[in-house]
Amino acid sequence: MALLSIKNLTVTFGEGDNPFRAVDRISYTVDEGEVLGIVGESGSGKSVSSLSVMGLIDYPGKVKADELTFDGSDLLSLSANARRKITGDDIAMIFQDPMTSLNPCFTVGYQIVEALKVHGGGSKKELKARAIELLKQVGIPAPESRFDNYPHQLSGGMSQRMMIAMAIACNPRLLIADEPTTALDVTIQAQIIDLLVNLQKARGMGLILITHDLALVAEVAHRIVVMYAGQIVEMAPADQLFVTPRHPYTQALLRSLPEHSAGHARLQALPGVVPGKHDRPQGCLLNPRCPYATDRCRKEEPGLQPYPGNSARMVKCFYPLNDEGSPAV
Amino acid sequence: MLQFIFRRLLLVVPTFIGITLLTFFLIRLIPGDPIELLAGERGVDPARHAMLMAQMGLDQPILVQYMHYIADVLRGNLGTSISTREPVLHEFLTLFPATVELSLCATLFAIIIGLPAGILAAVKRGSVFDHSVMTISLTGYSMPIFWWALLLMLVFSVNLGWTPVSGRIDVTYWVDDVTGFMLIDSLLSDDKGAFISTLSHLILPSIVLGTIPLAVIARMTRSSMLEVLGEDYIRTARAKGLAPKRVIFIHALRNALIPVITVIGLQVGTLLAGAILTETIFAWPGVGKWLIEAIHRRDYPVVQGGILIVATLIILVNLLVDILYGVVNPRIRHNK
Repeated sequence: MALLSIKNLTVTFGEGDNPFRAVDRISYTVDEGEVLGIVGESGSGKSVSSLSVMGLIDYPGKVKADELTFDGSDLLSLSANARRKITGDDIAMIFQDPMTSLNPCFTVGYQIVEALKVHGGGSKKELKARAIELLKQVGIPAPESRFDNYPHQLSGGMSQRMMIAMAIACNPRLLIADEPTTALDVTIQAQIIDLLVNLQKARGMGLILITHDLALVAEVAHRIVVMYAGQIVEMAPADQLFVTPRHPYTQALLRSLPEHSAGHARLQALPGVVPGKHDRPQGCLLNPRCPYATDRCRKEEPGLQPYPGNSARMVKCFYPLNDEGSPAV
Repeated sequence: MLQFIFRRLLLVVPTFIGITLLTFFLIRLIPGDPIELLAGERGVDPARHAMLMAQMGLDQPILVQYMHYIADVLRGNLGTSISTREPVLHEFLTLFPATVELSLCATLFAIIIGLPAGILAAVKRGSVFDHSVMTISLTGYSMPIFWWALLLMLVFSVNLGWTPVSGRIDVTYWVDDVTGFMLIDSLLSDDKGAFISTLSHLILPSIVLGTIPLAVIARMTRSSMLEVLGEDYIRTARAKGLAPKRVIFIHALRNALIPVITVIGLQVGTLLAGAILTETIFAWPGVGKWLIEAIHRRDYPVVQGGILIVATLIILVNLLVDILYGVVNPRIRHNK
């Protein structure tokens, strides 16, 4: 059984007949010990979908799903109290900007101990010892003295390590990392990713890694979900996705990497932007930006289907790309 | 921290000079002089008038008078009242506890109601409760104090008879002056009736004086809370699985309080200004009423000295707020 299983998860904002769908009928699973990469542009619903797993979507946001289960228990039918017992304990999350994600009014030690205390507890001394042990695990030098630091006394990389220490404090079985390195220096990025991957392997956690850094997920993830405008457009094992993208959007993402354009004068950018609340097109959401779009794409919406001949891959396109990168007709 | 306090105290010097200049010259801009007003309708003959003015040094050039005044202030001498012949400082100290008592009760009233109302309005933003709090506080803020006082007096004292109209305590009670605070003194006197009488005398003036600070605190708490509730660290706190109560009252409130404390401190000025009106209307024997009467009598030393002391207190409270700010906000405390 999958650790986390999501079926047709939809998150809407706004009232009336036509609320904005930030996340639109997405389905995926994460197994124990698996690293799932979620990639997509800004505004593609990556963060919102993971916040809904954490139960952190507030009014006026509405979360609906045919299935949202963690380890067999239905998260949506749990009471708020029971849900909070899982949040931060079995499922933990770290965020994009570590410098603003720690409360400036409390020492980092206090904030880590607080996480331990909510889900278990113990004597003051015990908790402090465990917190310092956690700081050691995430590679913080002189953890005893760092324990009493305030967030403003830490660098970005150090803050993200604190966030990770806080997230793994209660031995979560699933860790969601929402662009954990976006706000950090390049040299620190590699360190943080190494740390996350090592912790994931050592503890056998499931890890959802949300990013728009394709090179990063290529190295780390086992499976990758590509999101566009709140929908999943392609899902594939990591090694296959980068060699043979099946969806025009995935292809465009890969082509826009600087490495791909070495020697060329210009990067191959995908024209246009992700449709927002007021400019969602009919049919396939990518059709205004897709170089292969046909009349059918402008009228009907394709479903997420297994790619012919490879059931491990799913693609939401009428004309999935072949190995040469051109659409099947 | 000590250096911080010292630097703040240095900044007080120019403020002092400004206050003495303003009070000294502004009170002299009002037509009439203390002798004329003491004489009243009977008038005073010019020779005697000139003699009395000379006696008080009021015949000298105004700049010389100012220099004399400053020299006295620097020696700690605030002068004596022209009408009562009592030292200004002594008069002030006798009356001040009454004003402090009223101001403290008003502040307490404002915080006890304003803070929770602001927090709840922020947490339930957009709700009927939120809109009511905002509307009522805007009304309270824009209400003229004297009118509000008269309205409350009319309803609760005259029509319903629930509270006394004016004064600090009923004339039938006698309470020994120990601390100057009637609430404490009446409690010490072991006379239950005296304490209840004091308390009932405090209710209306406290509500009147506390209305504007209440409105300011409620609105400030709400907007500060709203801002903080949208911060990333609140999401982190919720992601830890903390109960909403803990998120709001520990993680959000601590951060939201920083601007609110500043505002509460700044209200001290509003309180003392409001005390002048409130004390006059409720015949409350405090500093505000004393200053108003001194202005009417052109009692120059009282006006100058009284305002100087009040201004000093406001400066000190603001300094205290700055220090408290450092206690709440570690980023300021550690900033060298």
